Amino acid sequence: MATPNLGIKEHSHGGGLPVSKLDVHGSFDPNDFPKPTGREEEWRFTPLRRLRGLHDGRNIADGVVKVEMSAPEGVTVETVGRDDERLARSFLPTDRVSALAYQSFTEAVVVTVGKDTRADEPVFIRVTGTEQGDAYGHVLVRAEQFSSATVVLEYAGTSIYADNVEFVVDDGARLDVVSLQDWDRDSVHVSHQYTKVGRDAHYRSVVITLGGDLVRLSPKVGYTGPGGNAELYGLYFTGAGQHHEHRSLVDHNVSHTRSRVDYKGALSGEDAHSVWIGDVIIGEDTKGTDSYENNRNLVLTDGARVDSVPNLEIFSGEVEGAGHASTSGRLDDIHLFYLQSRGIPADEARRLVIRGFFAEIINRIEVPELRQRITDEVEEKLAFHD
Amino acid sequence: MTTFEIRGLRADVIISEDERKEILKGVDLTINSGETHAIMGPNGSGKSTLAYAVAGHPRYEITEGEVLLDGENVLEMEVDERARAGLFLAMQYPIEVPGVSMSNFLRSAVTAVRGEAPKLRAFSKELQEAMKAMAFDSSFAARGVNEGFSGGEKKRHEILQLELLKPKVAILDETDSGLDVDALKIVSEGINRAKEANGMGVMLITHYTRILNYVKPDFVHVFAGGRVAESGGPELAETLEAEGYERFVKVGA
Repeated sequence: MATPNLGIKEHSHGGGLPVSKLDVHGSFDPNDFPKPTGREEEWRFTPLRRLRGLHDGRNIADGVVKVEMSAPEGVTVETVGRDDERLARSFLPTDRVSALAYQSFTEAVVVTVGKDTRADEPVFIRVTGTEQGDAYGHVLVRAEQFSSATVVLEYAGTSIYADNVEFVVDDGARLDVVSLQDWDRDSVHVSHQYTKVGRDAHYRSVVITLGGDLVRLSPKVGYTGPGGNAELYGLYFTGAGQHHEHRSLVDHNVSHTRSRVDYKGALSGEDAHSVWIGDVIIGEDTKGTDSYENNRNLVLTDGARVDSVPNLEIFSGEVEGAGHASTSGRLDDIHLFYLQSRGIPADEARRLVIRGFFAEIINRIEVPELRQRITDEVEEKLAFHD
Repeated sequence: MTTFEIRGLRADVIISEDERKEILKGVDLTINSGETHAIMGPNGSGKSTLAYAVAGHPRYEITEGEVLLDGENVLEMEVDERARAGLFLAMQYPIEVPGVSMSNFLRSAVTAVRGEAPKLRAFSKELQEAMKAMAFDSSFAARGVNEGFSGGEKKRHEILQLELLKPKVAILDETDSGLDVDALKIVSEGINRAKEANGMGVMLITHYTRILNYVKPDFVHVFAGGRVAESGGPELAETLEAEGYERFVKVGA
C-alpha cells in the first residue's frame, strides 16, 4: 500500500542461518541455549538490555500477576500445577527465554474445548501484572475433535513477563485466538505461542500488540495431519520508544496444508521500532503446500525504524503456492489524492486511510466488544497525531 | 450559470525526482453549465493528463496557465477545495483504498461537499437509491473503496459519486473504457441524470465515439500533441469515427 521506504531492510531470502535450523534445537533445559549476546540471527533485532534479565535468568520471580478466566458452557478451564501431565506435550522450547519460562512458572491454565462442542461465547484469559518484577506463565488450550471455540488472551498491567502458550487443534476442530498485548508502557513481555494444527483443522490467530516497552512474540505453527489450515493475522501500533517484535514460523511439515500470514503495523514517534520476521518452511517430501505471507508497515513519522524479513525455505518440488510480500513506507499520496478529490479535507483523508489500514485486521476479530475496544485504543494512540 | 475556463495550460508529468516531461502544451477550453464537451484523441495525446492536472494529482505539475471556475483560480486551491468548489473528476483508473468502507467514504465526501453532515436516515435512503440506480448490490456499502471491484464496478462507483456530489463541472476520463453495453447504458444514464438535475457542465474524455450515442455532446474537440487541435460540433465525432486520428497523430508528433 505504500511507497518504498528509506533505509529499511525489506527483503531477505534466508540471510545467514537457514530458517529450518532455528527450530530444531528445542530443549526444556535453558542451559542448552547459550546466553544471547545480540549477535545471533534470532536476537539481533532485540535490544537485550531492555529484556530486563528475562534472557539470562533473572529468575527472582518478584513480579505478581493476576490471572482471571471465564468460559462458556462446554469448555473447561482449570488452574493446574507444574506436574500436570497434559502440559508440554505439544512443543519443545525453541529459545532460552521459552525454556526459562517453562522452568519458572508455578501454575498453568488449561482450557479444554470438549469433543464436538461449539462454544458460542469466547473463552477469556486475562493476565494482569499488578506488581512489577519477573513473572512466568503457561497456558494450554486444546480444542478437541470437531469442536470450535474462540479464545481471547489479554495481557495488561505492569510486568516483566515470559510465557509459553500451547494451542492444540485436534482433527476437524476450529480454534480462533485473539492475543491482545495491552501492557502498561513499562512492561516487558516475551511470549511463545506453539500451535499444532490437526487433520482438516483450522487455526486462526489475531495478534494485537499496542502496549509495553518491549514485546517479543513468536507464534510457531506446525501440522499433525493433512488438510490443516493456519491463518495468522497481526496488528501492531508502535509508539515512541516502544519495541514490538513478531516472529512467526510456519512449518509445513505435512502435505496439503495451508497457511496465510498477514501482519500490519504502524509506527509513530522517535525510536519506535517494529520487527517482523516471517519464517515459512515447506518440508521435504511434502506435496500441495499453499502458503503466503505478507507484512505491511505504515511509517507515520520520522525517527521510527522498521525491520521486516520474510524467509521462505522450500525443500519440496511440489508446492501449490508459496509467496511473500513486504512493504514499509509512508501514507500513500495516491490514496489521499483520491479521497481529497471527493472534497474530503487532507487531515480527514489521512485519518480515514490510517483507520482503514488498521480496520483490515481489526475486522477479522469476531468478538464485537473487543473489536470496539481495540479500535478505541488505536484511536487514542492516533490522537497524538491528529 | 457556471463557466469553467482552461487558459493556456501547460503541465509536466513528474517521472522521478529529477525527470519530468511536458505533456500539456497550451490547452484552451471553455465549458458553460449544461454543455457537454467531448474530448477525443489518440492514445498518449495528453487527455488523461489534462484531467489529472486540473484535479491536482500529485504526479503532475502545472507550469503555466489558468483554470477558472466562475472566475476563481482552481489551481490555487487544494485538491479537496477544488472538489468542494464544484469540480469532479471521474478517473480512468479509480484508486483502491483498502479498509475504508464505501459507505463511510461516501458519507465523508457528501458531508465535506455539502458543508454539513446529512441526516443519517435520509442519507442512508439516498445512498441506497443511488446504489440501486448504478446497479450496486447493497452489500457493496460495507466493502473497502474500490477494493477488489471489477473494472466496470469501479466506473459505476465513480458515477455513483458524481450523482451524490452534484458538481458544477465534471471531467469524465474514459469512463466508457472497458464497459460492456449494459454497463455503458447504466453509466450514461447516471451522467444524463446528473446533467439534468443540476445543469452540470461535462468534459467527456473518450477514445471512442460509442458513449456519444448515449451522452450527446454539444461540442467535440480533438486533442493531440498536448493541446486542442480542432473543435467542432457533434458531426466532428462522426468524421473521426470514419477517418480515425491519423491526421492528428502527425500533427502531434
